[in-house]
Amino acid sequence: MLIVNGKEMQYSGPCTVLELLGRLGYRPDRTAVEKNGEIIPRAELAGTELADNDKLEIVSFVGGG
Amino acid sequence: MENVNKNDDVLILGGHEFHSRFILGSGKYSLKLIRAAVENAGAEMITLALRRAQAETENILDYIPENVTLLPNTSGARNAEEAVRIARLSRECGCGDFVKIEVMRDSKYLLPDNYETIKATEILAKEGFVVMPYMYPDLNVARDLMNVGAASIMPLGSPIGSNKGICTREFIKILIDEIDLPVIVDAGIGRPSQACEAMEMGAAAVMANTAIATAGDIPVMAEAFKKAIEAGRMAYLSGLGRIVEKGASPSSPLTGFLHE
Repeated sequence: MLIVNGKEMQYSGPCTVLELLGRLGYRPDRTAVEKNGEIIPRAELAGTELADNDKLEIVSFVGGG
Repeated sequence: MENVNKNDDVLILGGHEFHSRFILGSGKYSLKLIRAAVENAGAEMITLALRRAQAETENILDYIPENVTLLPNTSGARNAEEAVRIARLSRECGCGDFVKIEVMRDSKYLLPDNYETIKATEILAKEGFVVMPYMYPDLNVARDLMNVGAASIMPLGSPIGSNKGICTREFIKILIDEIDLPVIVDAGIGRPSQACEAMEMGAAAVMANTAIATAGDIPVMAEAFKKAIEAGRMAYLSGLGRIVEKGASPSSPLTGFLHE
């Protein structure tokens, strides 16, 4: 199981963070990802394997003041 | 009398030069109007917020013209730690090193928590961010922010989104007089005349979002703000005329009247 943006999600690995972004429809060039409280640099998304119970925050910009 | 050369008038933030003194917000209006608003505003800096991503094909960054500096805010942060986290994630999103610190504990009035703002500013300035803290206009806090490495200070004119204008006028004047950093009036500016007033007072820039977003015609209001900010800046640079507290001061000669 993974927790992505506060929601539980079934996980059957192996899968990298970059692959997960693709499957969920997120654009890697427009998002930043935190895994278990640590930011994953964009260049490392493809090389970072997910593990069961990982907690991810996937964020992007929206309009704001 | 000093000559004013408008071309030499640059705003420097974190070593970057800006010719526009209008920081535009991007909240609460259609992505499709952002380009027109930025262009009409002549804005070189636009604010953004960071939120949990939505699976989507379009993103606000697709709508912002290139060469516009992105100023992500830390809205949603309730303390320094959360603001630091949002700033770091924003930088990883590819926005550069600028960040507008916003820390609020109060969802009714959205007033900034000055103490937590100082803490976040210190941490992020050490990490190389160009830190622009939104703050309640308090001179001691402004000094602390300067001492911990803020690139500017952004005192509020009135509560966020209220369009009430510069209710903190006298305190912002004190900051402009005493603080050797760009003072950017942020929050509450609701009309071009209020933006102009901030600039006449000597503010380095004005940040506005709601005034534009709630206008009838967003791109045209962006242009109205641009003109008001430029007019106020020119008035400040040229030196405002004095006020006569009592009586009058004739503009025409007091000699050669026809009845003499």
